[in-house]
Order: sequence, then structure tokens, then C-alpha cells
Amino acid sequence: MRTIRIECLRYHPETDEAPRWQGYDVPFTDDMSVLQGLQHIKDHIDGSLSFRWSCRMAICGSCGAMVDGVPKLTCETFLRDLYPGPVRIEALKHFPIVRDLAIDQGDFLGKLESIKPYIISGEKPKGAYLQTPKQMEEYYQYSKCINCLLCYAACPQYGLNDKFTGPAALALLHRYNADSRDAGKAERMEVVNAEDGVWGCTLVGYCSEVCPKDVDPARAVNQNKIESTKDYFLRLLKK
Amino acid sequence: MKTYVRPVRWSWWTRNPYYLWYMLREASCVFITAYALALLWGLYRLLQGAAAFEAWRQSLSSPLSLAFHAVALVLVVYHSWTWFKIMPKTLPRIPLPDWLVVAGGVAGVVVCSGLILALA
Repeated sequence: MRTIRIECLRYHPETDEAPRWQGYDVPFTDDMSVLQGLQHIKDHIDGSLSFRWSCRMAICGSCGAMVDGVPKLTCETFLRDLYPGPVRIEALKHFPIVRDLAIDQGDFLGKLESIKPYIISGEKPKGAYLQTPKQMEEYYQYSKCINCLLCYAACPQYGLNDKFTGPAALALLHRYNADSRDAGKAERMEVVNAEDGVWGCTLVGYCSEVCPKDVDPARAVNQNKIESTKDYFLRLLKK
Repeated sequence: MKTYVRPVRWSWWTRNPYYLWYMLREASCVFITAYALALLWGLYRLLQGAAAFEAWRQSLSSPLSLAFHAVALVLVVYHSWTWFKIMPKTLPRIPLPDWLVVAGGVAGVVVCSGLILALA
């Protein structure tokens, strides 16, 4: 069994004015993820370390953190790939730290609510909604988003201006707009057209690189720049 | 709830190679603008007559100008490549694979540059 040093950015609101680094020597086997390394610390070395996790299989999106400066799901990042270390684990960038590696997701949740992430029914079909595989293909990849927020930690525009709606919320907005069963596009255009909507994106593209579910938020955002432009000119024509 | 907000430092773009390349893409605009201005200045000198145009051409062969054009050429090539690379993300959905869209853009530049060089 090998040992790797894991350095965590610690912050306890009750006692700390600012975050501080704390290192732990963690024994690991080749099949251990960074999350398991953190669990080892909590169970055997320092029970005060706080972090979020649930599924351990890249489905729930809870365990995102900066691993050596890169946003990753800690459950699918392996210690063997980071050996000999040391590994630096920090709460996801651009979000306020609640405690240690746990961030406050409140800002994102507000944005998620603003894009109306549900199908808004138009004309009700007789019986079930019908959808062809081709129609499903239009939105399917965007529906794979697990709200892990790695894309927000990767987005410098969000870091510089947290009013920017951001990659995941805009990708999910596109997921519903592109769904043939949805009739809520007009209701979502206000978010798309806003200065902090799609136009807040400068196409850095790192959001799509770090996404653990192969969603392409940069594509969704830029598809909606076309929609926003069309919407602008159509409104002018209607005047 | 007390939280800690980490400040974004001015040097944020130096911490990750991805951001560094992005900033280089953005910064290359300065050189591209300068190159466009140099060309426009040439057009203006052409309007002033043959002698003025010849003087402009002579100024282009100074070491400083040659160095500037060498840097500008590298940055124009890089800038163009970055935009071709992300072009598929900015297009409406088309039934072509992304790599073909990128290859089409690059091929377009190669053909146009070849034609201009052949005609020059």
C-alpha cells in the first residue's frame, strides 16, 4: 500500500477568518478515488473535515471539488493517477465556502429556478406525447446534466461576475427549449436575452471540457446567441 | 450563514493552461487590429500617389516592421485556428460532424491563401 499526501483547504466559519491548508498522509490502494481518500481522512485521521458526497459513481453530482486546481468529481478521480502528490483539494472555485469543501449552491439554485427547468405544456395532445428519436436527439445530451457545478468553477466569466446565468443553467434552459413537447421558449427568452444571459459568455469553452457527463454547455449557450439575435430582429420587424 | 468568498485575483488566467491559451486568443486581437491598421495606412498612402505608396512599402522592410509582421502572422494563424476550433459550437445544428466543420474552415483558409499567393 502506498501513501499520498492530501492537502485540503479548510475553513470553519466558527473559528476561521480565512481558509487555511491542512495536509494528511493517506494510505491508498490502486482502486481508491480521491473521495475515498477524503473519507479515510474523516474516518481515521480528522473527523472534523467536511465534504459532500452521496452516490460514489458520478451520478449525483455532490462531490465536486478543485483537484490540483481543476474542477473534478472526486468520486471518479483516482489517487493512483495523482501519485506521488501532494494533491491539493479545494472547494469548487467561484462559490462561497460554507465549511471546508462544502460550497453554498444557493446562487445556482436561484438561477436554475429562473430558467423554468420543466416542460411547459402547450397544446395538449390526445393521449401521450409523441416524440421521434430525431426530436429527442435535439436535447438529449443537455438532459444529462447532474448539476455538479464543475462548469461554474471552470467559467472565468462567472468568477468575475456572479450575475452571469452560467453554463449549467443555460444548458438546461436549452434542454427544455429544444424539447418538442415544450412550449415555454417565449417565457425563457428574457433570461436568454439579458445582459447576464447568453451574452455574458465569451466562449472560453472550459465548461464543456470539465463536464463529467459530456454535456456541452458552451454549445448550448452559443446556440442561444443565435436564438437571441433572431428574437431581437423579429421583435424589430413586429414593431 | 457565514461563508467565505475567495477573491478572484488579477492573475487568475495564469493558473491554468486552458485560461492562458484563451487569454492569448483574446490578446491576439490587439496585433490583428494593428496589422489591419497598417494595411489601411497603406491604402491611404496609395490614395496619396505612387511615391507615397512606395515610401510605405519601404517602411515595411525595416527590422521593426518585419518583426511585428512575423509576430502578427503567428498570432493571426493561432487566432484563426481557435475560432475554427469552436465554430461547430456557434453554428445552428447541421448534419455534419464537428471535425468536418473545423476541417472545412481550415481548408477554406488554405485555398484562399494559396489563390492570393498565386495571383500576387
